Amino acid sequence: MRVPLSWIREYADIPLAMTAEEIGEALVRVGFEVEEIDHQGLEVTGPLVVGRIVKIEETTEFKKPIRWVELDCGEPETRFVICGASNFDVGDLVVVALPGASLPGGFAISQRETYGKVSNGMICSSRELGLSDDHSGIMVLPALCSRPGSDAHQLLEIHDVIFDIAINPDRGYALSVRGIAREASAAIGVTYSDPVASIKTDNFAKTGLGVVPKIHDGACVIHVRTLAEFDPKAQSPLWMRRRIEKCGMRSISLAVDITNYVMLELGQPLHAFDRQQITGTLQIRKAGKTTAFKTLDGQERTLSPEDLLVADDDRALALAGTMGGENSEVGPMTTSLAIEAARFDPISIAKNARRHKLSTEASRRFERGVDPSLAEYASARAASLLIEFGGAKHVDSQSDGEPKHSPIVDFDPDYAAKLTGADISVAQVREMLLLIGCDIDEKSDSLWRIDPPSWRNDLLLPADFVEEVARMVGYDAIPSILPHHPVSPGLTKFQIRLRILSQLLSDKGLVEVQTYPFVSESTIKLMGYTGDRANAFRIVNPMSEDAPLLRTHLIPGLIQSAAINLSRGARDFGLFEVGSIFRNTSKLPAIENPATDRRPSQKAIDQIYAGVPAQPIHVGGVLIGKALVDDWRGEGRDYDWNDAIEFAESILASCNANWTIKRSDFAPWHPGRCAELLVDGKVLAHAGELHPRVVAAFGLPERACAFVVNLSAIPDHGVLVAPVIGTMPIAVQDIALIVDEHVTNAEVIDALKSGAGAMLESVVLFDRYDRIGEGKISLAYTLSFRAPDRTLTGAEISEMREAAVEAARAKLGATLRSA
Amino acid sequence: MVSEKALDQWVVEAISAISLANDLEELKSARLAHAGDKSPIAQASRSLGTAPAEERARLGKMIGEARAAVTASLDSRKEALEILRDEKVLLEEIVDVTLTSARGHRGGLHPITLLKNEICDFFIAQGYGISEGPELEAEWLNFDALNIPADHPARTMQDTFFVEPLEAKLVLRTHTSPVQIRTMLEKQPPIYVICPGRTFRADELDATHTPVFAQVEGLVVDRGITMAHLKGTLDLFARKMFGEDSVTRLRPSFFPFTEPSAEVDVFFNGRWIEWGGCGMVNPKVLAACGIDSSEFSGFAFGMGLERTLIVRHGISDMRDIVEGDLRFSRAFGVGL
Repeated sequence: MRVPLSWIREYADIPLAMTAEEIGEALVRVGFEVEEIDHQGLEVTGPLVVGRIVKIEETTEFKKPIRWVELDCGEPETRFVICGASNFDVGDLVVVALPGASLPGGFAISQRETYGKVSNGMICSSRELGLSDDHSGIMVLPALCSRPGSDAHQLLEIHDVIFDIAINPDRGYALSVRGIAREASAAIGVTYSDPVASIKTDNFAKTGLGVVPKIHDGACVIHVRTLAEFDPKAQSPLWMRRRIEKCGMRSISLAVDITNYVMLELGQPLHAFDRQQITGTLQIRKAGKTTAFKTLDGQERTLSPEDLLVADDDRALALAGTMGGENSEVGPMTTSLAIEAARFDPISIAKNARRHKLSTEASRRFERGVDPSLAEYASARAASLLIEFGGAKHVDSQSDGEPKHSPIVDFDPDYAAKLTGADISVAQVREMLLLIGCDIDEKSDSLWRIDPPSWRNDLLLPADFVEEVARMVGYDAIPSILPHHPVSPGLTKFQIRLRILSQLLSDKGLVEVQTYPFVSESTIKLMGYTGDRANAFRIVNPMSEDAPLLRTHLIPGLIQSAAINLSRGARDFGLFEVGSIFRNTSKLPAIENPATDRRPSQKAIDQIYAGVPAQPIHVGGVLIGKALVDDWRGEGRDYDWNDAIEFAESILASCNANWTIKRSDFAPWHPGRCAELLVDGKVLAHAGELHPRVVAAFGLPERACAFVVNLSAIPDHGVLVAPVIGTMPIAVQDIALIVDEHVTNAEVIDALKSGAGAMLESVVLFDRYDRIGEGKISLAYTLSFRAPDRTLTGAEISEMREAAVEAARAKLGATLRSA
Repeated sequence: MVSEKALDQWVVEAISAISLANDLEELKSARLAHAGDKSPIAQASRSLGTAPAEERARLGKMIGEARAAVTASLDSRKEALEILRDEKVLLEEIVDVTLTSARGHRGGLHPITLLKNEICDFFIAQGYGISEGPELEAEWLNFDALNIPADHPARTMQDTFFVEPLEAKLVLRTHTSPVQIRTMLEKQPPIYVICPGRTFRADELDATHTPVFAQVEGLVVDRGITMAHLKGTLDLFARKMFGEDSVTRLRPSFFPFTEPSAEVDVFFNGRWIEWGGCGMVNPKVLAACGIDSSEFSGFAFGMGLERTLIVRHGISDMRDIVEGDLRFSRAFGVGL
């Protein structure tokens, strides 16, 4: 909220010596974040006076209409100026910057020749003076508000300090000068005068001649004051306009300005109806069967039956607490008014505003809670101003309901020190609670019954009062103490795993990225995802309609990161990401959110937990360009499908998993160059070369590779059993086998292992030759044998080697390649 | 019969020849001539068998000493000549060691990961556990249980991503606080946990905002916990993050889940920086989790990891953190 210091000072007796910055700091200390301090008028200097239009001479010989204006500026001689605006008439009072004046932006006014005349000053618009954004024409002052030649600096209160204060949602009362001034007084320690105290309500009689209100729903109290003989031509006084503008609103008409002014002053939103448009009772009710309604912004609104309305016997007149209707708007002919002030239920207004996407000055205040005792005073204040400045006569004052106040709270004054850990005395607790407006009934040393002030609907629990005491004492009073030191359970096994494998991938040259988990439907299609990975969750309100889905796989984000890096000149690199993926694969139950006043039943908690889909953590990587780059030592080596598989294997190995490997056809990989890795028969990883279609679509270099491992699914290996380390000599045997080209290395190794027996320590492929012809390939292996207890004899070794070869022959048709 | 004098003479000749050898080749010739099978000493040794028995022991000792003297001389000269040879050869093998080029790639962890690890390790040392939870989260855990009722203005403070189907009441979590709720629902106090993780709010990406960001939150619930404990913990945390001279300042603020609530500022590089939010866990939140607020109290705090990085490492644009440019992560390597 924007609040001018001049207005705050009216209720808070702030010493003149205090700077705006010091006042701002005081507000911050009590919890009001000052976002900006705007020193208005700092750039407006020099002679600025009121001028009266004496004569206007229209000139049409230029591109735009120009007026040659004769002005009475209270000087012996009249003054002539050129003016491009045309929203004024002879006799109007305007603001004139005389030569020697300077306006915002370093705009110096001097006598100058323009459009063939000598212009001796400038008639100013509101924006040119830095007062508002209004540049629709020059500023026409209310008639008779001043005399020609008067100092306009003073008249317009140009020089002021505007605080822009962020109001927390629990402090609706502070969306008013009344509230801010109260906080500023308390923070600075000066006297505060409540503007409500000077509002008289007893001179407005209930006559039965005016509009009668009735609450059916959604409010506790309403006051309606009917006025007649209002002069629709009456203008808002200059000071009122200026204050409204300083608070960041626009001056519209006297009746509207008065309701806005009182809202800014006290925090109570009001609405002025054209009384002639109200048929019967003015009632607050749910929309029910009323389905359509046009708000005064010209929008045709489709109503929900749950919308809260202000209506008459026949029709809707306002979306309660949110915006009035066009049908009962105060217009240029309105002479009879009904001023309504109510204390609406915050949730009803929040729903009104949310359903119609209509956050207004009124709805913001009602949502946060308006002081329920204000309706009576604010409506009286508005009526008085309409009488004073609009010539209106009071007809009738009617009300329905009663202000409903916050309940009285039992409080133990020691609780303040106990919860804050600060040395706060009972006397301080008393002082601070009184300062913020509480009434205290001290039943005993440990039981105070506290009646919070009417404007504080947020003070409901003892802890709420502790915050009030603490912020008024000052948070600086809280000492810095460490709590007692518990024993940490340390990282979980899974957390340790993540750290180890991230470090591993980084050591192997990959760079970690963290991408947004948002993808588009076209990406899902392009990747070729089917099944679970085609079932993405949809965000209702995505950042971009281009990417409304949650990722089901890490590859799209990684590819996009790779594309960004390529576009910035990187050529050879590997990226990896560790993150959750989301798949909409199980029917989600409809959830009823339980109440929060106590712990929900275990059944309800279980239901909430079960309603959250599993979001496994995956690690994925993309490999682009060369694994070893070219340099003076010679040519490097491209990353290839085998590197991708090796990364996946390293990850599984780092988790001590035992895996088997098979060929797979799995999008978005190349159908012939993709491996799946299985642990306990479950596929936990894919790796290989990306599909050429995907590579081309994202502009990646050919043969880009990728891997993904489902980390959450890797089983916990339990406590590892240490191996027995054989110390007997190793016997190494090389064999070369000829097999059909469709036989895989993994199959051959499996067969060799099964045949060789328990003393086979390892099998390593050391050569592969595929130019044998006739659909055959040659695979050469080194077999290492070791016995735990003795040196193997030559005969034993031969026997085991032959058994291995025989198994490969029997299972895969392998033959020994002759030398 | 060999005389003592002759033996001495042979030894002198041998040592002289050995010391005159200028390389290993010449030394080999000297060895063959003076210590080989045909050398006078070898021949004397072979003729020992024919010596009279009473002389044999004395002569044998003499010849052994002579051989030992020659061998010692050979060994020491050989060692010296080998050193000379190595020095010469190795000098010829000199290379330009500045001819470095990294053919493989240097990897790196994302600085957010590094910072997260640093914070987790710090709090583990303070006795905390690390709790994590799902990013797609139940609305009740993200809002209701945290005293952010539907239609309360506080809920619109956080621009939430909602996920279809709406009746499943799922949101992308707007903070890691639902992990705090899960922790309190799953175990009774004492609770000392840190909840790091990714969070989501519908803010456009610009130099200071990102719709996906990382938070770290802390939660303590125990007997007799006060705001002073919160302040003490934050001060220690700030010193760990921003250096020993750092101090924190609390400013009154509002969060639905804490009461009293505060903003935490940290003094860094000569100015106060907004760092995060904190407060005493609202008794309503404890109640929703079934924790008796007359017995237990708690504090909670939360900071943005991006914000902490930006402040501490002078990062000028949020986009550098989120875009995944490998030059950014690589600059931090595997340690901040």
